[in-house]
This record gives sequence, structure tokens and C-alpha cells, in this order.
Amino acid sequence: MSKWEIKIAGFGGQGVVLAGAILGKAAAIYDKKYAALTHSYGPEARGGSCSAQVIVGDEKISFPYVIAPDIMVLMSQEAFDKYAREIKLDGKIIVEKNLVNYPADFPRSVYSIPATRMAEEMGSRIVLNLVMLGYMTAVSGIISPEAMRESIKASVPKGTEYLNILAFDKGFDFGKE
Amino acid sequence: MKPDPKTVLTGTHFLKGNDAVCEGAISAGCNFVAGYPITPSTDIIERISKRFPFTGGTFIQMEDELSSSIAVSGAVWGGAKAMTVTSGPGFSLMMENIGYAAMTETPCVFVDVQRGGPSTGLPTLPGQADMMQARWGSHGDYQIIALCPESPQECYDLTIKAFNLSEEYRVPVLLMTDECVGHMSERVVIPPADEIELSPRRYTTLPPSEFHLFRPGKDLVPDMIKAGDGYHVHVSGLTHDEHGRPVITPECQDALVRRLVNKIRQNEPKIRMVEEDIPDDSDVILVSYGISSRIVFLVRELARKEGIKAGIIRPIVVWPFPEEVFRKAAKKSRPFVVVEMNMGQIVYEVERCAAGQAKTYLVPHAGGTVHNPEDILKIIREAVK
Repeated sequence: MSKWEIKIAGFGGQGVVLAGAILGKAAAIYDKKYAALTHSYGPEARGGSCSAQVIVGDEKISFPYVIAPDIMVLMSQEAFDKYAREIKLDGKIIVEKNLVNYPADFPRSVYSIPATRMAEEMGSRIVLNLVMLGYMTAVSGIISPEAMRESIKASVPKGTEYLNILAFDKGFDFGKE
Repeated sequence: MKPDPKTVLTGTHFLKGNDAVCEGAISAGCNFVAGYPITPSTDIIERISKRFPFTGGTFIQMEDELSSSIAVSGAVWGGAKAMTVTSGPGFSLMMENIGYAAMTETPCVFVDVQRGGPSTGLPTLPGQADMMQARWGSHGDYQIIALCPESPQECYDLTIKAFNLSEEYRVPVLLMTDECVGHMSERVVIPPADEIELSPRRYTTLPPSEFHLFRPGKDLVPDMIKAGDGYHVHVSGLTHDEHGRPVITPECQDALVRRLVNKIRQNEPKIRMVEEDIPDDSDVILVSYGISSRIVFLVRELARKEGIKAGIIRPIVVWPFPEEVFRKAAKKSRPFVVVEMNMGQIVYEVERCAAGQAKTYLVPHAGGTVHNPEDILKIIREAVK
């Protein structure tokens, strides 16, 4: 049985939980796998730390929390400092280039993308999370991009589907290069 | 009876357990919710308050949990299908009115999204330590039904089941979920309305001159009326006769309380829902319910790798307790390992049913997160020694 643990973290307002929900929905509904999403829940405010954990598998997920992530998407320095060491030996860490500095000799695979700049070029910094998701989809290969696009359409506010999918595709293409 | 298709969100969704409870209630025909927000249950009433305007329901945010829980009884006697939702400290406040609903045989649903306690405890983190409170929290002798979902899908299915059982037995039904299941999102399949079976309210067909509000049928459950139907009735929390008139005597008390208790006890085999998988060569039987049972399924695989074969009993209806299932399982003297997110509650029921025939072990947990699989494995190893 294949099982992947994915952790997405950053600060409140970046769309961390929405990114987790899009990913979980893509896996559970459009890719017909099993997925369980949990996320940080507490008196956090915009700007505070925030994380979402998604487990994707071919069978029903028994243990609903992430133990050692296969994939991490980290969108703040705090998130990197706090979580990066939890990654599996052969896991992949995906970071936002301008928000996360990591040591050059960091002992795990780190993939960096200037997602904030790319989102700003599209006219809206708010789609940063979608650029990250696109990049993650390309780098990890866990979820099909088609399922992700369907899930985005079903998850984002009406009228913003085009921009969000564009952002996803930018991130995805960056990862494929 | 089928739900109104306009209210049922038929389709495949990715929902939180709390959202699934809300949709289950709406599919079950719930049209009245009174509540007072409390973490981690608030998102249920948030969603209810957004959905009810489109389904024709009434949501009232009350001033506290006492009023919320009694408003539910009032609404039911007015003809509504009603529910309230709370957690931890709010559940404590509702105890009096759970007893009132049990005494007046008011069909209604109480949802407790369990968090760590006692007192204010851990508002944002899970627990399973309200299980005995669910059973015994109100004063006096009575019986309720309590269900424990282990996933968002079960949150949906069991909320409908809770409403159905409440109507069939005219009893408050408690949906005992927890913060972890409540805030976990998974695939939830909501079937078409015509595939959902609802138990109708047991309204009497007798004319007012022949009707007695608390005269039971063969299954010990009386039929009901609602306010405005033209029946003169008296609904009271005092010990009452078949007319509902207060009669303060030991004889009347005996007849009433015995029936309130027996209508659930006697029908336990019909109410029972248990997931049971005990291969003949099992070395140990793992017992759990709600979120803890998911960890147990993982542990069962880990134990197998060590050469330990584990059977599973998962009560889905925890109250009334499925005694017969445990008595039968105890006969082969395999130890029970009970995994629950508290310092020992359901384990006492298991121990009582094992009646010395099988050893009973507890894997306690004070709450806040799920069990560490290794902690469970340690006890399993000890149990099979």
C-alpha cells in the first residue's frame, strides 16, 4: 500500500488550510484515492503560524496525523525552522524562495520557487498558495494535475477560478522545467 | 419516510466531521437547532445557520447551554425535529435537560464534540472522557442512546441514525464525536434523498378521547402528539402516570422508571451497532470506539508484524452497551485491550461483561491528541505474555 504524508505550513492568511483542502479534495474525490486533512486549530490570528496536514493513500487512512512527511510545502522562515527536520530521509521540501532561507548544506532535498514574485506578476499576491501547490504537484507526482485543477475549481471563490488555475499552472510548469 | 430532496446535498464531498454532522441533521429532517457556540463544536452551528435559511429550518443562538437544551424539548413538542450542539463545559450544563428529555420521552439529538477536560480543559484538542457523563450525567435513573463516529462519513450517517433512533424510542440520542473527527476532512458520500430512510415521529392515530400521552405500545414506547393538534396533554418532569399527570408515589415511580429503562435495555439488540472482526486464532481483542478505533486499526497491522493476531470490537452504539457481544467474546479467555482517550471509562463496562473470564487491560490517555501506537503495542505485548 502506498501512503504519502504531506505537510503545508506558513502563516495565517497565506491560504495554508485552503491549499490543504484543495489537495485533499483532489486526491479523495477526483483521483479516487483516500485522503485525510487535519489542520492547526486554535486561537491563531492572521500572521500567526499555521499548518495543514494531508495524508493520501490507496487505502483508508487509519492514523490521521502526519508523523514523518514525504513532502513539505513551507511558506515562512518560522515554518522551515520549526518543521523542516521532521522530513523523511528521502522526502522533499518545497520552499518559497524569498520567504525561506535555508542552509546550503541542509541534508535533505530542498526545492525552491519564487512563488510570491510569480504571483505578483499575475497581479495578485494572494494566489501564492496556488503557485506553491502547482510546483508541489509537479515535483511530487502524488496527485494528477487534472484532479488538482478540478479541485481548485470546486474550492476557490466564484469568479476567481481562472486566476487560481493560472497560478497553479505557472507553478506546475516551473516544476516541470 | 424520505427526506426532502431539495435539502439533501447529494454527491461526493470533502468535508470536516463537524460539517458532516450538520448535513446529516439536515438530511434527517432537522428543522430546529438551538445552540450556544463553544469550541470545538462551533462550526456545526455556523454551518447550520448558513444552511437553514435554504432548508426552512430555524436556528436560534441562545444565551447559554441550559436554554439551548430546553429549547430543543420545547421545539419537539411543537412538532419540530430538533438538535443542540455543544462540547465539554456546555455538555455539563445540558445534563439537567437530558434528564428532562428522557423523563418526558422527547425525541431529540444532543451532539457533544468532546474536548479534553475536566472543566475548561483543552478547548481546541480532542478527548473521549465524556462517555460516562453521557450515560449517567443527569440525576436519577434513565437510559439514553449514544453513538460514536470514527470518520466524517460516519458523522453524516450516524447523525441520521441518531435522529431515527430518537424517534423510534422517544429518547434523547447523544452523538459523541470529538475534536479530531470533527475537524478532520475526508470524503463524504451523501446519497440521493430517495436512498435515505427516515423514521417518522410516532404520532398517535387515536382521537383525543382515547389517547394517553404515556401509554406504551408493545415495545414500551408510547405514541406522541404535538401542541396544536387538539389534544389536552400534560408534559412534566415529575413522576407521572399514563395521562402525564404527576403522581408522587413509589408505585407510579416504579412503573415509569422501569419502563424508561427497559424500553432501551429490552430493545438493545435492535439498537446495537458493532463492528466486530475476531478471527478464531486471535491472541487478543482490541476494543475502541470513535477516533481511537482508527489508531487501533493501524496498531492491529503493527501487531501482526510481531506475530500477534488481534481481533477487533468497535461499538458504534456505545450506550446501551452491547453486553452480549463482550460476554460472548470473553468466553474464549482472550485478553481485552481497551483503547480510549480517557483514564478509564468504557473499560469498566468491558471488565464487567468479561466477568473474570478474560483479563482486561486499559491503554489510558488524558486527551489532547490520539494515542501513540507504540503505547498500545506495549500493553498488547504485556497482555499476550
